[in-house]
Amino acid sequence: MKLPGVSEFSWRDVATEARLLLIGIPVFLWTMIPIYHMFLFAISPKEDAFSGKLWPDHPTLHNFEIVFKQQHYFLRDFYVQFWNSLVIAASVGVLTLVIATAAAFSISRLKVPGGRAVLNLALFTYFIPAAFLAVPMYRTMGNYGLLNNHWSLILAMVTIASPYAIWVLKQASDKLPVELDEAAVMDGATTLQIFRLVYLPLMMPSLVAIGTYAVLLAWNEYLYAFLLLSNDREITLPVALGNFLAADDSPWELLMTTGFIYALPPAAVYYAFRRYMVGGLTAGAVKS
Amino acid sequence: MAITLSGDQSMPAPPLSSRLTPAQVWGIVLLAPYLLVFLAFVVYPVCYGLWLARAPSNYVALYHDPIFARAAVNTLIFLVIGINIKMLIALFLSGFFAQQRTWIKWLSVIFILPWAVPSIPTILSVRFMLNPEWGVINHIIFSFTGDDGPNWLNDPTVALAMAIGVHIWKSLPFWTLILITGRLAIPHDLFEAAEVDGASWWQKFRFITWPSMQTLYITCTLLSMIWTLGDFNSVYLLTGGGPADLTHVLATLGIRYLRLDQLSLAMASIVCAMPFVLPLVYFMMKRLSR
Repeated sequence: MKLPGVSEFSWRDVATEARLLLIGIPVFLWTMIPIYHMFLFAISPKEDAFSGKLWPDHPTLHNFEIVFKQQHYFLRDFYVQFWNSLVIAASVGVLTLVIATAAAFSISRLKVPGGRAVLNLALFTYFIPAAFLAVPMYRTMGNYGLLNNHWSLILAMVTIASPYAIWVLKQASDKLPVELDEAAVMDGATTLQIFRLVYLPLMMPSLVAIGTYAVLLAWNEYLYAFLLLSNDREITLPVALGNFLAADDSPWELLMTTGFIYALPPAAVYYAFRRYMVGGLTAGAVKS
Repeated sequence: MAITLSGDQSMPAPPLSSRLTPAQVWGIVLLAPYLLVFLAFVVYPVCYGLWLARAPSNYVALYHDPIFARAAVNTLIFLVIGINIKMLIALFLSGFFAQQRTWIKWLSVIFILPWAVPSIPTILSVRFMLNPEWGVINHIIFSFTGDDGPNWLNDPTVALAMAIGVHIWKSLPFWTLILITGRLAIPHDLFEAAEVDGASWWQKFRFITWPSMQTLYITCTLLSMIWTLGDFNSVYLLTGGGPADLTHVLATLGIRYLRLDQLSLAMASIVCAMPFVLPLVYFMMKRLSR
């Protein structure tokens, strides 16, 4: 008698499986080694971290304790910097959503004259390499008197996140049937009521994806943060991590521990919203 | 009658608000915030930057700066070699991840990690792994051969290769994901028919997979080129442009000039990349806004 679900043993299947493993194992190692190395440093005492061992003799959470109690010169402002990262990321998420949703509604549903042109301008911005825009942006923020002010980073990140946000939200808006708007107009709804009561609820999944995208973009940003902010109590966590390197005897185990703590929220958010992210973001990135 | 006509023509244009429907007025109001951001943080900076870089002496100075020439060559190596390796691996792995196996599904969840986590801690982690004295890679080399491993980041060629490796590590998941989506869109019965005809895997790839994915693959490669031009982190966090400023790419070179307070050189170095970037951008916009 054959058990259901158990197929017959075949050498051909074993060979296929072996070939797949031959790809899968290197892929796994390639992906995980830098991340594992970071984690290894975080749980190693200083002596073990530098010994090249693949697992510490005495794994410890002591590094986390030092970070959380701010017991090192480089970590004096850990909580302030963590808070800065959080506030900036949240502000970028909210502002991007507001600006991009309004623009997408205007272009896609209200068919505002010139909407197409604005969409093209936005796309153009999306394609300017971020490091190239950083140079003039830095100087501009200086001219506006915003350097070392959180607003400079927030506005810079909103500028970078909005084009893609508008693009994706516009694509999603176009898929909503026009009849919904028409029916609402027949019932005497004003434009704002359509926006609030018809449009926003239907767009929720895309809004979640775009909000997450903008928050992660801002949380992970290094270059703009490092150019636009410099005061120790104004900088975000990635800039603080970069500053660790300035010292000759950088406390690498603490750097890696802080880095690990800093990398956890985006990884968690990513996995929590994975369904939205992969569908929403990759669909907009490249239309085949 | 003629008088009425001319009278009509000389009538002042009605105020803007009465010519637009309320919906259109709202359209303009709702579009305004983005337009303001665009004017203030894209148009103004770009125009201002171009104005700063306008003097021909900037371009003469760049032409005579060996670091600029080196950065331009490095950028080309990054684009031509790095991106093609990355996209070919992504194409190959998209086939691997499209296989229906539970363990491959789990692996794909892990595989996304480099893309999901921020650059700075992971690139610094790689940087430490490559440390000649303390890094784990040279520890392993020493334990197997008894010889000291190479000083990975001290030789510009090796250091640049490592930066390309970091770039691939970071962005491979994203492109693989996109190519998987493309692969899954191919009708399955095409493969079943080929199977019945006894086609080899290469024939299946050559005559079914590639023709259906070709356009997507090329678009991805071009988009990846634009984004790679803006990849500051891979080089800056791994090598800092060193040793001796020999591993700079255009993205880090602009920032280097900026840090040296040579803003017009920074802008000029970016302007030099424009003849290359703008055709790419134009092509991408045409493809996306079709």
